[in-house]
Amino acid sequence: MKPKRTHILVCTGTGCVSAGAFDIMEALKTEIKKHELQDEIAVVPTGCNGFCENGPLVLFEPEGIFYRRLKVQDIPFLVEEHCLKGRPVPSLMYTPPKEKSPIPAMKDIEFFKHQKLVVLRNRGRIDPERIEDYIAFDGYMGLAKALEMSPEEIIEEVKVSGLRGRGGAGFPTGTKWQVCRDQPSTPKYLVCNADEGDPGAFMDRSVLEADPHAIIEGMIIGARAIGAEQGFIYVRTEYPLAVQRIKKAIQQAEENGLLGEGILGSDLKFTLSVVQGAGAFVCGEESALMQSIMGKVGRPKQRPPFPAQKGLWGKPTNINNVETWANIPQIILNGGEWLAGLGTENSKGTKIFSLVGKVNNTGLVEVPMGIKIREIVYGIGGGILGGRKFKAVQTGGPSGGCLPESMLDMPIDYESLKSVGSMMGSGGLIVMDDKTCMVDVARYFTDFLAHESCGKCFTCRKGLERMLEILTNICDGKGKEGDVELLEELAIMVKEASMCALGQTAGNPVLSTIRYFRDEYDAHIRERRCPAGFCKALITYSILEDKCVGCGACARACPVDAISGEKKQVHKIDADKCIKCGACAEVCKFDAIDKS
Amino acid sequence: MPKLTIDGIEVEVEKGTTLLEAIRFLGIHVPTLCHNDGLTPLGACRLCIVEIGKPPRSKIVTSCTYPAEDGLYVRANSEKVIKLRKLIIELMMATVPSSKTIQDLASKFGVTQCRFEPEHEECIHCGLCVRMCEEQMMAGAIGFAQRGKDMVITTPFDKTSDICRQCGACMYICPCCELRCQGPNAETTVCNGCLNLEPPCLDTYDDKMCFLDPCAACELAGPFRSDMKKKDEA
Repeated sequence: MKPKRTHILVCTGTGCVSAGAFDIMEALKTEIKKHELQDEIAVVPTGCNGFCENGPLVLFEPEGIFYRRLKVQDIPFLVEEHCLKGRPVPSLMYTPPKEKSPIPAMKDIEFFKHQKLVVLRNRGRIDPERIEDYIAFDGYMGLAKALEMSPEEIIEEVKVSGLRGRGGAGFPTGTKWQVCRDQPSTPKYLVCNADEGDPGAFMDRSVLEADPHAIIEGMIIGARAIGAEQGFIYVRTEYPLAVQRIKKAIQQAEENGLLGEGILGSDLKFTLSVVQGAGAFVCGEESALMQSIMGKVGRPKQRPPFPAQKGLWGKPTNINNVETWANIPQIILNGGEWLAGLGTENSKGTKIFSLVGKVNNTGLVEVPMGIKIREIVYGIGGGILGGRKFKAVQTGGPSGGCLPESMLDMPIDYESLKSVGSMMGSGGLIVMDDKTCMVDVARYFTDFLAHESCGKCFTCRKGLERMLEILTNICDGKGKEGDVELLEELAIMVKEASMCALGQTAGNPVLSTIRYFRDEYDAHIRERRCPAGFCKALITYSILEDKCVGCGACARACPVDAISGEKKQVHKIDADKCIKCGACAEVCKFDAIDKS
Repeated sequence: MPKLTIDGIEVEVEKGTTLLEAIRFLGIHVPTLCHNDGLTPLGACRLCIVEIGKPPRSKIVTSCTYPAEDGLYVRANSEKVIKLRKLIIELMMATVPSSKTIQDLASKFGVTQCRFEPEHEECIHCGLCVRMCEEQMMAGAIGFAQRGKDMVITTPFDKTSDICRQCGACMYICPCCELRCQGPNAETTVCNGCLNLEPPCLDTYDDKMCFLDPCAACELAGPFRSDMKKKDEA
């Protein structure tokens, strides 16, 4: 392959693909051919860059110039200016909100500047569908090194690194491997948990799409350390691109002698297959996941016996999350001490978070453990959307907790999050502004969990159902005195008396919102008022007489003809007809619509 | 052989014993609903919960599914356990107020209030029927369908099953439809007929335990209930 003068890296993660990345790539190729530059410029599809909100993204290397929100019609101009005339196009670059001049280089953008890439080191850099690209960036070097180490040495190295399970529970990975290795029973199995079901979380998907070989390499190293010969990657079917890429990567690894018998000329034997989930959130729980792999109903099982003792088909099974596996090659290659140098005392390394909600820069970020929430929300995230006020951040997916502003300076690690009633979870961060009603948030997550509970434990099934009933009543303005106490009692029961991780954390959204936002519950129940102006049953729309100019825009926008008034006269809303859709408030240019 | 401490008593049991078996071996009462000696434990009703480990690191597990492990510290009727059990029974009562089994449990544990709207359902999804059908009748005609709050027990695709022999074992073992509460026919969800029987065992034992198992109070109560008597006198 002849070296090229420029590589155009087109982000082809799911976010950018849905924004038209493949069309952009085709257009780029066509334009380059038109200018006969195909020998000088290469167009490379890459994995997700994480800055999904601004997709489709394109990066020009080696200059490092970053273009965003491209449209197919921009491409001819872009290629002509940038590639032919050597003039970068500022109008297509990223401009932070509130600033005027664009930032040309990717490394200077706030969103990328504060990140520390370990697991996502190859994101936006290599073509995930080519094993050669992965190998070129030290790929499978960790495996080569591991083959020269004894299994005990590998496990020791993982222990030294202090790596803890990235799926949420934070169990020390080295210890888990040791337990599984020490089991006398054979065969042993490895499982990669890629059943990422949290609403708004896409860390695992992104790793699968951007760097599938890192997971495969991690699992082969794990196979050597634990003594397993067969592995499964359990991916949810809702991730078609991830499934396609991991399958292709497995095929390439097999063709190159990295999977199968006699891996890299050693006596190591390991095969890997992909199992697709069928859409149950609870199958992300390890024991339910294993039931699902065995073709049974995805329902959690009592532990002990733990998977490491009796897992798949009653044999010792080691199950780790995608992110955990992807950390392994780096640990072996750079040594455990290297990873232990990152993060806090008890939480080592980095963590990927999917930053979503009411922030300016939504997307995927990898940061060292121990970073403050404020740095993520205001530094990387660029602050709250529309300059509004921060209210809460929800960490750890649907069964995490909502943390208030006073917690912004808390370092993120497993222990501190747990101590304030939330959890690390798989790494979702949902930012909420002052227009978000916390009771409604609790209702939303409880609704999700009530549907996704497997239903076996009476406490989880009925408890969540009743909690949802009470929360819905409160949101509908039918709350009673004592509801909050009953909710608390139920949430504690669900947490204490249910069996699996889903049930044992399902009370968190309710408990944390009561703990930090009790005043909102009280306002709903006692004053029949929603402080955030969100709960429809508790708000009324009216027109402020001093602000209304009688333009009639609201009356035209109203879908139910609830607004009447003469031209240039103050208008009125008929409360009986109003369906509280908010269309009038959206169109009013004079802020004359009052919502209270 | 695992050695463990249950409510302060040291006991040695055979390997493979469940906590529930060990607890009952000692004669300590733990209520169950989805448990049956002839069926595989499921841990669905959560009534047999016990507290294991020492606070603050203790946790709640169902004794029917948890293995009796060496060195385990078990409290079968701790304050926390009783409180949780009461709430579970209250929820069950709101789901199936017509079940005598559940009303008896409510009486025995002093559940005198029900803060939820009654649902008048016919099932608490304990799974006894499913296991009975599969394990004892060797049929497997019914099973769980859907999940979470939509879960139901039904035949495949809700069609009349060819496998079902209509033996009735499912109905025989059901705690909800086997026997309607014949007691006082209370107008509210909470019957508590047994509570009103003289002498009420609850005053004596309250949070600890009632040794009348099964509680026959209800059948005896009927017209002799203290509140009924008062009504008659008036």
